Amino acid sequence: MTTTHAQRAADFLKDEDRTNWHDQSIWHVRSKRDGSIAGIPEWEALRQLGSDIKDNVLSNLDTYLEQFEAQATANGVIVHWAKDAAEHNQIVHGILERHAVDRIVKSKSMLTEECHLNAYLEEQGIEVIDTDLGERIIQLKEEPPSHIVMPAIHLKKEEIGALFHEKLGTDEGASDPQYLTEAARQHLREKFLAAKAAITGVNFAVAETGGITVCTNEGNADMGVHLAPVQIHCMGIEKVIPRAEHLGVFTRLLGRSATGQPITIYTSHHHRPKPGGEMHVVIVDNGRTKQLGREDFRNSLKCIRCGACMNTCPIYRRSGGHSYDHTIPGPIGSILSPGLDLKKHGDLAFASTLCGSCSDVCPVKIDIHEQLYKWRQVVSEEGHLENTKRIPLMGAGAVLSRDGLYNFMGKAARVALNIAPRGMVYNRFNAWGASRELPEVPQESFKEWYARTQSSSDEQ
Amino acid sequence: MSSKASILAAIRANKPGPRPLPTLPTDPDIQRGGGDGAQVETPLTETLAELETAFRTVLKGSKTTFIEPAELKSYVRDFGSDPVVVSTVADVPGNLPLASVTDPLQLAGVDLTILPARLGVAENGAMWVSETEMVHRVLPFITQHLILVVQRDALVATMHQAYRRVRIGATGFGVFIAGPSKTADIEQSLVIGAHGPRSLAVVLQ
Repeated sequence: MTTTHAQRAADFLKDEDRTNWHDQSIWHVRSKRDGSIAGIPEWEALRQLGSDIKDNVLSNLDTYLEQFEAQATANGVIVHWAKDAAEHNQIVHGILERHAVDRIVKSKSMLTEECHLNAYLEEQGIEVIDTDLGERIIQLKEEPPSHIVMPAIHLKKEEIGALFHEKLGTDEGASDPQYLTEAARQHLREKFLAAKAAITGVNFAVAETGGITVCTNEGNADMGVHLAPVQIHCMGIEKVIPRAEHLGVFTRLLGRSATGQPITIYTSHHHRPKPGGEMHVVIVDNGRTKQLGREDFRNSLKCIRCGACMNTCPIYRRSGGHSYDHTIPGPIGSILSPGLDLKKHGDLAFASTLCGSCSDVCPVKIDIHEQLYKWRQVVSEEGHLENTKRIPLMGAGAVLSRDGLYNFMGKAARVALNIAPRGMVYNRFNAWGASRELPEVPQESFKEWYARTQSSSDEQ
Repeated sequence: MSSKASILAAIRANKPGPRPLPTLPTDPDIQRGGGDGAQVETPLTETLAELETAFRTVLKGSKTTFIEPAELKSYVRDFGSDPVVVSTVADVPGNLPLASVTDPLQLAGVDLTILPARLGVAENGAMWVSETEMVHRVLPFITQHLILVVQRDALVATMHQAYRRVRIGATGFGVFIAGPSKTADIEQSLVIGAHGPRSLAVVLQ
């Protein structure tokens, strides 16, 4: 049975302490972001630059990708193109098969999550090890990430301790982050040393130089890529930027927006295969060109995956990443996913208060909350609105468009709400009232009050 | 139609109208003494001193320590018991010659690595190290501890300037390093030494 975001969020909210803890941890990251941008007086100008560069990228995406491919090929990199997730997975598997690789290490890549690469490769008998600590935790727990920057942010250290005790043999009951991280370091070092191929995501691909940039704090992408003979970097078509100097803008925006760091610990630039090695870049569409054609929604392709919109979102913080049921959760996920499957993900457009905080913190100035509002209209027009919204809205439409009916209904409601038993107002048909109370019913409407006071003031 | 051709065709059919590429901010007016008749102006030392202060402050914030140039040799000499040391900094000898390393896996036991960095960025502490300095790409990551040596006059204010000075594609690999390897993936508790070096020390010469 399919569930809605609201239902999944309600499930998350059952544990109130945990919800508050989640809310506060995520808000802490948002606060760190605010602290770090306070030191950059030109922050707003920088956001504008990031936005303008990405606008230019979208309007020249074909030529920049061709330039990137030509330059990368000249550098000795093998470039592949995949129109969808299936082709992406086949390309990656093909490369591994040619080298008879049966174990790989992977650093964080939302694209490979989107394509469900791990499951595909495992079906082909290849061992896939996620090496970012958060990713490894959720891989061992057999869960999807709940946040794009902090994949295991929904888990408490005691749960991770129990997981590591079971899977990695750490001491029972041990939950000290230092101790658990050290255990993961030892466990993953063995995997790094044994891997025959490494896969990473791509933060930026530079058309001018034909190289790709990968940002991490742990150094896991580099440990993988530099030890394994074969390196594979998977990127969405929108990751290309025109010139190396534009990295100056994006590296300044990314770390600060993501975690409040002035820059990630490692900003790695890969241009040529290592001596004796092989370097592949897989460029993936998977619905992005369609999104490019949607004028109202194409700006979502400017996203640099910092996660700031999640950290600030009052809904995300109180409903958890898994409630979005999509690779990219939070506000940005809610404007990306309806484009992929409107029927399945359309309700995410309603998982927002439309407060606009997401748009305010977005480092590339995506109008996220406006797109959420526009998606609501698309969902409604295409008939995907759920009945609890559709029927009341139909009624409201009928009433609000007729003056006499509106006056009558207002009066009727004021009387009815005062005398109706509670069970008639707050029941399963009133989803709004499930966690809210109506205000006290006034004696008269504004219109009546206005008419009364105006006429009495006229008399004076 | 190949996937490449169909993706490019879809982009051409769907992309928005032309949008100009913005002009990036220019470097602040710092004159650097030396060549080409560039004049050394009075505020120079002051500005460089400011850069150095910012650079040190931000790196300390990311748990990086500093070693005085005069103390580097004794620091390396007294490092741990029987450590495996790799160095590509002239005058600072290591005990594992990189010429003898043919497979990067041979570097798995390295305890301490000392490398020159080309440039340092005051706003975030990032230092550029290219394949030329590290020789083996995995070296600055696989080593248990790392020391980077940066020249004082190779400090710049921001990443804009850094990317104008560094040619990122000049070698097959290059990296900005801004601290020891770290993670906060368990309840956001900061832990130093995730996969890479457990410590980073900087020598500002």
